[in-house]
Amino acid sequence: MSDKSSSNAYWAANLRIIGISLAVWFFCSFGLGIILRPALMGIHVGGADLGFWFAQNGSIYVFLVLIFVYAWRMNKLDREHGVEE
Amino acid sequence: MDQFTLNLIVVGITFAIYIGIAVWARAGTTAEFYAAGQGVHPVLNGMATGADWMSAASFISMAGIIALAPAGGYEQSAYLMGWTGGYVLLALLLAPYLRKFGKFTVPEFIGDRFYSGGARLLAVVCLIVISVTYVIGQMRGVGVTFSRFLEVSTDTGLYIGATIVFAYAVLGGMKGITYTQVAQYVVLIIAYTIPAIFISLQLTGAFLPQLGLIGTHTASGVEFLTKLDQVVMELGFKAYTSETTNMLNMFLFTMSLMIGTAGLPHVIIRFFTVPKVSDARSSAGWALVFIALLYTVAPAVGSMARLNLTTTMWPNAETGNALDGDAITRADIDTNPELSWIRTWEKTGLLTMTDLNGDGQIQYFAEPAAVTAANKALAAATAALAAAPGDAAATAAVAEATATRDAALAAAMIGDQSMAERGWIGNEVTKLDNDMMVLANPEIAALPGWVIALVAAGALAAALSTAAGLLLAISSAISHDLIKGSINPNISEKGELLAARVAMGFAIVVATYLGLNPPGFAAQVVALAFGLAAATIFPVLMMGIFSKRVNKEGAIAGMLVGLVFTAVYIFIYKGWFFIPGTNMLADIPANYLFGISPLSIGAVGAVLNFAAAYIVSGMTKEPPQHVQELVESIRIPRGAGVATGH
Repeated sequence: MSDKSSSNAYWAANLRIIGISLAVWFFCSFGLGIILRPALMGIHVGGADLGFWFAQNGSIYVFLVLIFVYAWRMNKLDREHGVEE
Repeated sequence: MDQFTLNLIVVGITFAIYIGIAVWARAGTTAEFYAAGQGVHPVLNGMATGADWMSAASFISMAGIIALAPAGGYEQSAYLMGWTGGYVLLALLLAPYLRKFGKFTVPEFIGDRFYSGGARLLAVVCLIVISVTYVIGQMRGVGVTFSRFLEVSTDTGLYIGATIVFAYAVLGGMKGITYTQVAQYVVLIIAYTIPAIFISLQLTGAFLPQLGLIGTHTASGVEFLTKLDQVVMELGFKAYTSETTNMLNMFLFTMSLMIGTAGLPHVIIRFFTVPKVSDARSSAGWALVFIALLYTVAPAVGSMARLNLTTTMWPNAETGNALDGDAITRADIDTNPELSWIRTWEKTGLLTMTDLNGDGQIQYFAEPAAVTAANKALAAATAALAAAPGDAAATAAVAEATATRDAALAAAMIGDQSMAERGWIGNEVTKLDNDMMVLANPEIAALPGWVIALVAAGALAAALSTAAGLLLAISSAISHDLIKGSINPNISEKGELLAARVAMGFAIVVATYLGLNPPGFAAQVVALAFGLAAATIFPVLMMGIFSKRVNKEGAIAGMLVGLVFTAVYIFIYKGWFFIPGTNMLADIPANYLFGISPLSIGAVGAVLNFAAAYIVSGMTKEPPQHVQELVESIRIPRGAGVATGH
């Protein structure tokens, strides 16, 4: 495999991971926290509803996990493609 | 020991620590000055980034904005999601690649990637507007905190704060700033969370405020948020958890804050300081860990302060209905030592209580807009009559305004009775500033004196750490991008370091001047800072990394379109260059295009920036080979060396 196609494969894999991560990022904040809140009113979380909780607390926890999972996945990908530092 | 001495001791100790760190971490080279020699551990860098990011707005204002929002606290979740979600974008889309690029400043990347001194200059202009805007708010935060807790004037407080920042920022550069910010982070997070834990225990019995927020209110046995909603709705306010009436605007506001956060130069340069590309990724995660500690507590702080404040004003609300009992009396406020905080805050002007109907009580409730308008009209008519005593027309006008006002009072229902029946003529908490909620929180909850002193030190840490980060971003843009980049490329390292220090000193003087003479529009310009970061810097950085095709012409066109569109939309509602009276449309939701407020327009500006850049790039020549190779190289972590200025 030439250098060029290897780095293209690395970049394509990176874009796929970014795409999935951004989908999660969007779903927990804009999705659950804003757009879907009215539809999820029935699900109660201690005095409020699920959408409210995601908007004020839940999405932040998801963001956190997301960044560390992304960093871990990317470090693995770097090694698989031999481009780590 | 009295509160003042305690405040002085705690603040004095923290300041001594900051100066000590600055002396220990002096910068000797430009690499140390701009990027701390890239030797900062990701966890420490994350902490420093947290302190850098969490400004006076996060520490002092945000919980109050959420707690007191007229449309309910939920809608303001945009701040919580926006100011944290931006770090996901940083980690995924910008930080690792900019670290691999291995230079010191944001304009430098834009200049190299788009092979254009013009693009670099445009980026410098955006950076300076964004950072100067931001720094004014920090200097004001320092002044307000000093004047409230250390009994000096706001101006003296500002001078003291500016001297401290000057000492460690100019001396230490990024290295000194980074290590000082680690200490400041520790101070500010302890100061924010300790009162929150105390209050959460008092109100809900939950140790973690995050659990208290969704826990049960001990005194009434009802779920905490349900209790808060009941209490505020009884007094005519919108429920804390009520749904937004403008989902599109909330969506765009959150998006603008997110991409604005990811586009703020003083945040981005933090990721130039870590040793490796993989560290840049995890450093964004660590930064968010430390930021989330404050941001997940903030809604609890805000909502609990709101409940405490309301039950202080209406003692019966603690266990039953507010209106079943009497409101707090003016005599009680003036004599009860537990309520002395009301008197202290009244002195600052951030809180005013006026017994409008003269019944000796202070009634706090949501005054309907019709009553506010009728009261205003009556006051105007009365003033006109006073100016022309005996004038028949003026007398008739007063009589008419009185009748209108009385009708408004009769129509305004608070609970099961109208304001007229209750003998109320208006909300007697005539001013309640967002900014006092966090600072007064420990006093409202009657916490010990050292907690109050800690909050003062925390507010100062938040404002000073952000100010230092901004000043560094400004100084590196001037010395590195402007002087070395275009005016005198042959400047020696020593000369550049001197220029950076002079630029920073100059920036501090300007910031202090603007803090002393704040343009009346200080609050509005923050909208401009986020709007511009979102509409100019973020898109151009992202395209520079993810597209090989976007060229010089495209990037400049995109930045200009984003800049002009966003600025003009804000100016239409806030006045041209914020000059009062020059706005073309009143700043009210009815006038907004599709209901999009000027605060939320940055996201739209960003979309236009992307569109313009792609269209113009498509019509012009593709970037030269060496630029395409540069893009290839920043996409791959291997080979990231130490950053250089050349």
